Amino acid sequence: MKAQDKQIGAPMNRVDGHLKVTGAAKYSAEYELPNIAYAVLVGSTIARGRITSIDAKAAEKAPGVLAVISHFNSPKVPGFDTAGKDPSQPATAGGPIKIFKDDKIRFNDQPIAVVVADSWERARFAARLVKAQYAPEKHKTNLEASASEAFLPTAAKKNPKHPMNDYQRGQADAYKTGAIKLESEYVIPTEVHHPMELQAITAHWEAPDRLTIYDKTQGTMATRRDFAREWNLPEENVKVIATFVGGAFGNALHSWPHESAAIIAAKVVNRPVKLMLTREQMFTMVGYRPYTWQKLGMSATPDGKITAITHESIGQTSTYEEFTESTLAQTRMMYQSPNVTTRYRLAALDIGSPIWMRGPGEATGAFALESAMDEMAFMLNLDPLEFRLRNYTDKDPENGKPWSTKFLKECYQLGAERVGWNKRQLKPGSLRDGEWLIGYGMGVGTFGAHRGAATVGAQLLPDGTVLLQCATTDIGPGTGTAMTQIAADALGIDPKRIRFELGNSSFPKAGTQGGSSTVNSVGPATQEACLALKDKLRTLAGAGNAAFASAKKEDVTLADGYLTLSSNAAAKVSYADLIKQGGDKAVTVEAKPGGEGQKYSMYSFSVHFAEVRVHELTGEVRVSKLVSCADAGTIINEKTAGNQMKGGAVGGIGMALMEAAHIDDRFGRYVTKDFADYHVPVHADSPDVQVAFVNQPDPHVNALGTKGIGEIATIGVAPAIANAVFNATGKRVRELPITPDKLI
Amino acid sequence: MNQFQYVRPSKAQAAIEAVAKDANATFIAGGTNLVDLMKRGIATPQKLVDINRLPLTKIERENNGLRIGALALNSAVADDKQVREKQPLLALALNAGASAQLRNMATVGGNMLQRTRCAYFYDLTMPCNKREPGTGCGALEGINRMHAIFGFSDKCIAVHPSDMSVALVALDATVLVTGPKGERRIPFADFHRLPGDTPEKDTNLERGELITAVDVPDGPFTKHVHYQKVRERASYAFALLSVAAALDIENNTIKAARLAMGGVAHKPWRLTAAEQSLVGKPATEETFRQAAAVAMQGAKAFKHNAYKLKLAPNTIIQALKTAAAA
Ligand SMILES: Cc1cc2nc3c(=O)[nH]c(=O)nc-3n(C[C@H](O)[C@H](O)[C@H](O)COP(=O)(O)OP(=O)(O)OC[C@H]3O[C@@H](n4cnc5c(N)ncnc54)[C@H](O)[C@@H]3O)c2cc1C
Ligand code: SF4
Repeated sequence: MKAQDKQIGAPMNRVDGHLKVTGAAKYSAEYELPNIAYAVLVGSTIARGRITSIDAKAAEKAPGVLAVISHFNSPKVPGFDTAGKDPSQPATAGGPIKIFKDDKIRFNDQPIAVVVADSWERARFAARLVKAQYAPEKHKTNLEASASEAFLPTAAKKNPKHPMNDYQRGQADAYKTGAIKLESEYVIPTEVHHPMELQAITAHWEAPDRLTIYDKTQGTMATRRDFAREWNLPEENVKVIATFVGGAFGNALHSWPHESAAIIAAKVVNRPVKLMLTREQMFTMVGYRPYTWQKLGMSATPDGKITAITHESIGQTSTYEEFTESTLAQTRMMYQSPNVTTRYRLAALDIGSPIWMRGPGEATGAFALESAMDEMAFMLNLDPLEFRLRNYTDKDPENGKPWSTKFLKECYQLGAERVGWNKRQLKPGSLRDGEWLIGYGMGVGTFGAHRGAATVGAQLLPDGTVLLQCATTDIGPGTGTAMTQIAADALGIDPKRIRFELGNSSFPKAGTQGGSSTVNSVGPATQEACLALKDKLRTLAGAGNAAFASAKKEDVTLADGYLTLSSNAAAKVSYADLIKQGGDKAVTVEAKPGGEGQKYSMYSFSVHFAEVRVHELTGEVRVSKLVSCADAGTIINEKTAGNQMKGGAVGGIGMALMEAAHIDDRFGRYVTKDFADYHVPVHADSPDVQVAFVNQPDPHVNALGTKGIGEIATIGVAPAIANAVFNATGKRVRELPITPDKLI
Repeated sequence: MNQFQYVRPSKAQAAIEAVAKDANATFIAGGTNLVDLMKRGIATPQKLVDINRLPLTKIERENNGLRIGALALNSAVADDKQVREKQPLLALALNAGASAQLRNMATVGGNMLQRTRCAYFYDLTMPCNKREPGTGCGALEGINRMHAIFGFSDKCIAVHPSDMSVALVALDATVLVTGPKGERRIPFADFHRLPGDTPEKDTNLERGELITAVDVPDGPFTKHVHYQKVRERASYAFALLSVAAALDIENNTIKAARLAMGGVAHKPWRLTAAEQSLVGKPATEETFRQAAAVAMQGAKAFKHNAYKLKLAPNTIIQALKTAAAA
């Protein structure tokens, strides 16, 4: 194989692209099992209190209805009684809702009943006939009103080493005595998960103790563990299939009440049951980026050296789970500052639990940090890029470790050139085009280059195809494609002869797809499994062929129909012969991180540069240019990686300019319940996002040199836009989103 | 969705009768608003009278003006050559609404009759006098960012969401209706109502009355027109507010002017006093500023929509500037 034939780095089309655009790809609501029934949830209409009665008579009599299940008649879910603290959950205290177990209402639209019918339309109709009475209690849904009750997460209280504890280097709150200082408060509203595919599950009890679910999940194994526990079943009795996931962004990192409800419903009616949420329900019961209040204090010397930062935040969580995220992580390690204080708190409200949303806490924290960097640069009369360079760190100031790799300066340079940073004026409001004020801003993002253990099975099929299997999911980044490329290089064969299967809990183990860690983790496992397969085939071939017995595994070539050696084309053993000797048995290899995390600080980095136009009379903001540059290690596929960066940037536009879910606190209920009220960017809101990768391998994270892309695509975008708006108008918006009313 | 009957008569008279004699029957045209309301249980008709077979799609010349059939599609009207020549403001307003897909389904009659987007109206569990008279107005002390600054009552502060109607009221259009009692013509400005004590009634249309067409008289507003819509994203969003502006300018002097606002009241809000203040004046920013001040007289805001008190005059100025320069 020639060097230029290398697949890693090539902009290969998605291996499943054709299936997706032709509708052949099956998502979790598209499995038409025999005798399937349909379930629709009934939600509570109060935010807190107790259900006193449920009148299901009319619903039960409605045509086609098979069952109406609520806490009054739900079968016992054995795990609900035995499960205490559930370590599978992101929460550090409490636990997820045990659906239909009791009469307690913990948030508005909490499922109180599920209606099962022989068609979805009939189930939906009957669901509206279910009437409930409540004994409401006073609810709390406003974070600011509950700020005085904010608390340190329980996990941190119990463990002084927990990362959610207060952090201190140098002196506490030293910014207060700094020469030049600022103190600003920032708010990001609740942003709701709305991947294109709605949350959906098809639950099928294949036997009283054997459950198969087709589910929207980012982790087939985590979901399997959750429901095995819920029903006190051995894990091998539960099978989770998520071959295709239509976007998730963190939304499917948790098991949610509707999944439990569908499984209960399937048990009750003794038929497979399909349950798909409505858009409206997506707002209330399947997580969101939590409303977060932040305060950031910073001081600097007149020549632009940061002397101290204090960053505090209060994020909202539910009353039953403590959801935490790394809102303050970037502040601890991004800039050189001798004094840094961070304090993370939670406020428990009568709402559904939050969940990670792309660029999770870091994106929230970066809005405050990177806005404050811009504010300080302005106070110092410094170019914000220059200010960042003056506080650049060559090792991790949080722990003193060297970076595994850091090419952020290179990103700065690339991005500044592409956006035309030299046009930026220090004085806000200097540039205009008619009524449109023009401004430039930047924002930096970072996210840990996480890697976990993963196992991949590799198998030679009689037709010469290599089948690879792994329980990982592909929620859209193109995991199957990237793995095919990695495998093609490791095996030295045409990617067309490789089939990478995923999204099935019965396949070899892998973690959930989240935290930008899949390529870092599954990539090396794929590579090693392929090499192991090659070596196994060589050994088998060597049994009857001396040339192979003495050959190096790198020399082995998988040709059309036979194994050969690149140094000796005459050496041949057919696949048929190899298979006779057991060559078709899968080789399963686990790849795990070593001690590299002890020695190095491993992060991906990004910088986003925005050019915005703000209408001086109407306050409308248009992002006219957006350039995202990333140091994400080796880029396996420029095309899919570029796609991820663009998607993340568009998410950042939404965060900056329009996304906000509002609750009317009198009712504890969302008033933004559909896409007419909850705005996400449309095409006209997004420029053609320009993406550039430094594409330098990181030798420490793994042998492939990857660091992860998904999160840094979003982290830092919103402040880049907010900073550009300031540069255009002189108006500093510290509460997202930046809607016209805040600028006029 | 509730069960309902469905009929599709081919004669207007049959359609009118079907609705006139059945309090639970309603017309359906493009269905882009009605079906949404049915799915959410806000509209619960027991009979749908589909009017799409009626011959009401034409756009033709009639009495020194254009007669636009009630079933003409929003996209067809916006693309029509005569409309673009004679009434470019109408085309601009239509194209600012919804999305291409919706405009391909939505009809002129349906557009005028679309219901408010007030979030409380859309949530069956919340109080709303418009949906359920007597339950109170959820928005009055709730989240009222999108709500009215003119013409509201303490019973309802909702706004009418149509873009097209803002242009039509500015252009002095007339609505042609046929009902059980025969035909009548309703000036566009009298078609929609203010909420008063009966916010459940959006318009002055009587039960069984079918909109057959809209007449838009020819006028001098073929060049200096603009529809300025301010929204939270670049496309496909209802207006925070909008302004339809039309000017007739000769030697930089304004001979005639039309001005109306959307997103500020329970009906498309014609600004007659501001129009008058423009006439005879030079087409300058100062003139526009004065007109905007006149337009804002009597405006009053609620907790979350005070920004409209500033956004509205700004948008008027911007619309007039753009119209003058067109
Ligand atoms: C997502 C979304 C975004 C939108 N954005 C915008 C926007 O930005 N700007 C905007 O202006 N609009 C917007 N719309 C609204 C859209 O313009 C209306 O839904 C559409 O114009 C309604 O027309 P229709 O023919 O589908 O009416 P239908 O839904 O069929 O009918 C609406 C009402 O009118 C009655 N009706 C219809 N025709 C007649 C007639 N001839 N005589 C008597 N009664 C009749 C029906 O009985 C019904 O009560 C949006 C809609 C959606 C769904
Ligand atoms: S403003 Fe009108 S539509 Fe909205 S809640 Fe009040 S009464 Fe209902």
